[in-house]
Amino acid sequence: MPKYLRFLIWLAVALLGALSLATIALHRGEQINALWLVIAAFCSYTLGYRFYSGFISAKVLALDPRRATPAERLDNGRDFVPTNKWVVFGHHFAAIAGPGPLVGPILAAQFGYLPGTLWVLAGAVFGGCVQDFVILLFSIRRDGKSLTEMAREEIGKIGGFVAYVAVISIIVILLGVAALIVVNALKASPWGTFTIAMTIPIALLMGLYLRQLRPGKVLETSIMGFVLVMLAIFGGQWAAQSPSVAGWFTLTAHTLAVVIILYGFAASALPVWLLLAPRDYLSTFVKLGTIGLLALGIIGLHPVLHMPPLTRFVDGSGPVFAGKIFPFAFITIACGAISGFHSLISSGTTPKLIRREPEARMVGYGAMLAESMVAIMATVAACVLPPGTYFAINSPAGVVGKGPEAAAATISNWGFPVSAPEMHALAQAVGEQTLYNRTGGAPAFAVGMAHIFSNSLGGQALMAVWYHFAIMFEALFILTVLDAGTRVGRFMLQDALSHIWKPLGRTSWYPSILATSGLIVGAWGYFLWQGVKDPLGGINSLWPLFGIANQLLAIVALCVATTILVKMHRARYGAVTLAPLAWLVSVTFTASWHKMFDPNPRIGFLAHARQLASSGASGAEVTRLVFNDRLDALVTAVLLGMVSLVLIESAILWGRVLLGSKPAAVQEAPFVPTRFVEEGA
Amino acid sequence: MRNRAERCRRRLSEACTILLATMREIFDEAAYARFLGRQGLASSPEAYAEFLRDQEFAKARRPRCC
Repeated sequence: MPKYLRFLIWLAVALLGALSLATIALHRGEQINALWLVIAAFCSYTLGYRFYSGFISAKVLALDPRRATPAERLDNGRDFVPTNKWVVFGHHFAAIAGPGPLVGPILAAQFGYLPGTLWVLAGAVFGGCVQDFVILLFSIRRDGKSLTEMAREEIGKIGGFVAYVAVISIIVILLGVAALIVVNALKASPWGTFTIAMTIPIALLMGLYLRQLRPGKVLETSIMGFVLVMLAIFGGQWAAQSPSVAGWFTLTAHTLAVVIILYGFAASALPVWLLLAPRDYLSTFVKLGTIGLLALGIIGLHPVLHMPPLTRFVDGSGPVFAGKIFPFAFITIACGAISGFHSLISSGTTPKLIRREPEARMVGYGAMLAESMVAIMATVAACVLPPGTYFAINSPAGVVGKGPEAAAATISNWGFPVSAPEMHALAQAVGEQTLYNRTGGAPAFAVGMAHIFSNSLGGQALMAVWYHFAIMFEALFILTVLDAGTRVGRFMLQDALSHIWKPLGRTSWYPSILATSGLIVGAWGYFLWQGVKDPLGGINSLWPLFGIANQLLAIVALCVATTILVKMHRARYGAVTLAPLAWLVSVTFTASWHKMFDPNPRIGFLAHARQLASSGASGAEVTRLVFNDRLDALVTAVLLGMVSLVLIESAILWGRVLLGSKPAAVQEAPFVPTRFVEEGA
Repeated sequence: MRNRAERCRRRLSEACTILLATMREIFDEAAYARFLGRQGLASSPEAYAEFLRDQEFAKARRPRCC
């Protein structure tokens, strides 16, 4: 293609991107079409990929097509396997895209569609994609080493230790929050609970089919499982309408919490592969299908956004979570913009599959862009709802009042009209008894998705089916994250405890399995229980805590990346990782400070504890709530203190390397020429 | 004209092949095929059980994002 034509095409993309960004940013007082968000995202991502990731590849990282990757050098057909770049891309995307990019943007929509959208676009292009890309490349050059190993070798012992503690903390907090989202989606919902319960016999059937009848045919087994799950969704309608059956599946939040805690323990401690492995495949299948379906739905049906670009809650008084746009929008949306957890995947399985170094760009940078697009779709799903409906679903009873009339009146007084009969009709349309106080994001996403699809596919008659399909998708996926995460946490704990007493590290020794499973499940179960008992819905305090922990891990990852760049004599390009690092430090440190010390009891943990203590109320319940607040403040302080140590250790190291008082020695694997060099040269 | 149609068909076929390969990798079918090749086994319930045991340790340690 002639150079001038290429220039004109990229100029057109840039102009279209600027027009769509201006449209979503400057429109006031009238509704805009969701396609503007999609076009803005598409243009930002293509420009970011073509130019910014191209610059990072060529100048900053100097990707070397002649250098053999560990997948080639250490090829063992098991962990290290040179794999087609598109296949690795799909594999990596399936590992990084979870409930996070769906839930965060839905919660942040309380500020309006604009703040979340801008943060997702800028955060991904300049932060999240860069982090995933550079960590992936640095792990490739170190034989696929993990983030904690790289932190220890490149920064020092403190860096390695803090990265380890941050990972465990994030896993624990994430699992607690994820479990709470499931509880809030399934409480008092016989249809949803029935559907999820049915996935157990379906998974067992899949396990038997996969093992006995068609060994290894996972794809066809997953398709079969998917058909059965769809039948279970239709069956759920019957279960919900049958008084005797509905009674069995109408569970309170407390009962669901206990069931999920027991499930997590069993999944970690017992050999239940017959259930877990097929369910894992099924949830991945449903996840990829749902994301694809939602993308087609939004592009094909291009719904109108009813949420304004900015709401009155930019002042920090939001009902979904309290706090101003800065810093809270930026920790509420982690996955989709920048997520520290991704650095674990970029330094886990993926670097062992990359066939040639230049392919790290498409996998690391590109897959994160795809995840960011999922976050944009979640924003659309939340913002197609009338704002009154959105707030009625996502606001806790402690903020809007307990009865339907009280909640509707409070929300209408905020300027977002909604009535109790409207909400009742909506609940009936989606086959639920009530949609009030369904905090956590999942029900709002499900209603939004049902709203989009019911306008075309099946009409209002299928709205309840679409709603429960979305709930099933999220609950199934989160439960899979829950059991996989508990096992990952258990193994990490066993690794650490083996340094104290060797037998504790033996993964087949039952006393150790039970003890470490109990510790991990007990830790996230505590956060879950805390959320269930919280009169403000739990998400209000736990999601920011998770966001802070996740972004603190991103700080550790960016410290590792900057350290390696400095040691590679690429300090002149240090801004590539230093800019997102500085931004995250300002966001997380400010958010942590607010969560600990803000005088507003809806924001600050300690202020809330003081308010409870001085309210005159007494009893075990109040004592426990005060204790929880202080514990949350302590967890935040400990994480913040440790990450501060990593920052200080890293900054000292950068200074010493730059001043020449310490040799700039990177811990890379030696150069070996690749045999794939001719293919892409 | 015919060349263009042929090229289109070939590209579509390549895209489908890659999509299928991606799905096979995500759903561990490719890993199972590699395992059979490595061990010199034919697919059977016993071989699959052995593969699951082989995979269990590595898979359980694989982090998955939120």
